[in-house]
Amino acid sequence: MSEITKQSLSQLVENIKSKKLSSSEVTKAFVERSEKSKELNTYITEDYANALNKAKKFDEKPNLDLKLPGIPMAVKDLFCTKDLRTTAGSKILNNFVPTYESTVTQNIWNEGAILMGKLNCDEFAMGSSNETSFFGNVQNPIDKNLVPGGSSGGSSSAVAAQLTPITIGTDTGGSIRQPASFTGTVGLKPTYGSCSRYGIVAFASSLDQAGPMAQNVKDCALLHEVISTYDEKDSTSIDFKRNEYSKELTKDIKGKKIGIPKEYRVDGMPKEIEDLWKKGIEYAKDCGAKIIDISLPHTNYALPTYYIVAPAEASSNLARYDGVKYGFRAEGENLIDMYEKTRSEGFGAEVQRRIMIGTYVLSSGYYDAYYLKAQKVRKLIKNDFDDAYKKVDAILTPSTPSSAFKIGEKTNDPVSMYLNDIFTVPVNLAGLPGISIPAGHDAKGYPLGLQIIGKAFDEQNILNIAYAMEEKINFKNNITDWWVK
Amino acid sequence: MSIDLKTIKHISKLSRISVDEKKAEKLAGDLNSIFDFIEKLNELKTENVEPLTSVAETTLKLRSDEVKSKNLRDQVIKNSPKENEDYFVVPKVIE
Repeated sequence: MSEITKQSLSQLVENIKSKKLSSSEVTKAFVERSEKSKELNTYITEDYANALNKAKKFDEKPNLDLKLPGIPMAVKDLFCTKDLRTTAGSKILNNFVPTYESTVTQNIWNEGAILMGKLNCDEFAMGSSNETSFFGNVQNPIDKNLVPGGSSGGSSSAVAAQLTPITIGTDTGGSIRQPASFTGTVGLKPTYGSCSRYGIVAFASSLDQAGPMAQNVKDCALLHEVISTYDEKDSTSIDFKRNEYSKELTKDIKGKKIGIPKEYRVDGMPKEIEDLWKKGIEYAKDCGAKIIDISLPHTNYALPTYYIVAPAEASSNLARYDGVKYGFRAEGENLIDMYEKTRSEGFGAEVQRRIMIGTYVLSSGYYDAYYLKAQKVRKLIKNDFDDAYKKVDAILTPSTPSSAFKIGEKTNDPVSMYLNDIFTVPVNLAGLPGISIPAGHDAKGYPLGLQIIGKAFDEQNILNIAYAMEEKINFKNNITDWWVK
Repeated sequence: MSIDLKTIKHISKLSRISVDEKKAEKLAGDLNSIFDFIEKLNELKTENVEPLTSVAETTLKLRSDEVKSKNLRDQVIKNSPKENEDYFVVPKVIE
């Protein structure tokens, strides 16, 4: 048997079910590796002692019928975990200890998994490099001083470095798929309404979705099956018939029609991304899929639309942080002064910037010109996808316009940072599912990802396409453990 | 379009985020470059387009009006930065 932390989630589940490994052995192995990996700065809050206790309890009376029996797991620090600090990567929630559990994490614990700790992320999930976190940068295990992507950067780094067998992130404009692409891992953003938003710290409520981040497609399907449930506590949760994604997973995608949108060939796209995409098309053909050229004419308007809609919703969602009910409070001369100082000292620069943009576009006299305009363009973007899906079953694109960049490289230019999400944002605006799978390396040896976008509620189909292509691509991550102490 | 310092001060007031001169200047620069980028939307004619308010094309479910969470006062108060028995405490509002 190979080293425990090198095993995939599916292998670990198999080995625990067949009693070749105990939950304690597995949990201990991941805790030890996490402890040796502090330099990556993936964890904001560690809960190792509790995890080891829970594993011991699990082993005393193991329920091996569960889907994640005794599997240790660290999760993004945007999910509220009862009695364990939840910060959203922000100073303003530095001391916040939820008294309730998010539905998505509760679903995971109900299937036997064990919480190891909370993973670093961009503050309130606003960022593409994990550099806006109050708790510092996260290192990408691929190379030193390389960003792991964001906002789910702690999650992508932890999965790639094998500090957790699998994890969950959230994706508002690419925050699962872009970090997955930057770290050579698999990340699924489900259809809007597939996973409950209850207990997830809100960023932009019409876009936010939780999803799995994994080392391979099979693991991803298994965790998705666990977290996707209808939840009456989230009024936007959708009650549709969910597949048994891992059981129904198949590599048979013969005859599937896959669309290639010409508008994704953006100006200045590096040749290696273009080549990766071409290679991806060949892999899809090898799997028996039919390639069809399509057009998504409003693609170029997705990012400007996103940078109105998301900050507008964020400015309303983040109005709750006022220093009164929970979180950080700065002293002030009076109530208003207290609010203003609390928010000025409690939020970081990017979050303040986005609250200001959102407040401006919603303010009197500007609402129609910006917010209403953006909602109309959002409709056009969704219409593009609706039209395309009359001809195809799924769409194949690159996940990101480049590989991972160095820490500090883009921090002074917000717009160049935002351009990272050019291929992922349209999917959120249209509420569709999208998966990023590792598909190759650039000249520096950094991973590159391909994105498969599906019809609403058609996660099974994109998981199947990803599963079939994964076998053909046969990607291997080059990780040297340079950070291990 | 250009966002001047006066506008930044106005937005900061609406946002309840205090900004000093230095921060206001930085924000004005950032916001101007972001809005330059956003202006691209004006290339599109949208008079006859219905705004998209939700991607979920379902109507909200009805449910019975029952109290499901009870006696949460302690939990609600638990994380307040300053507490006094059963209340949230704020700086004096009425003289």
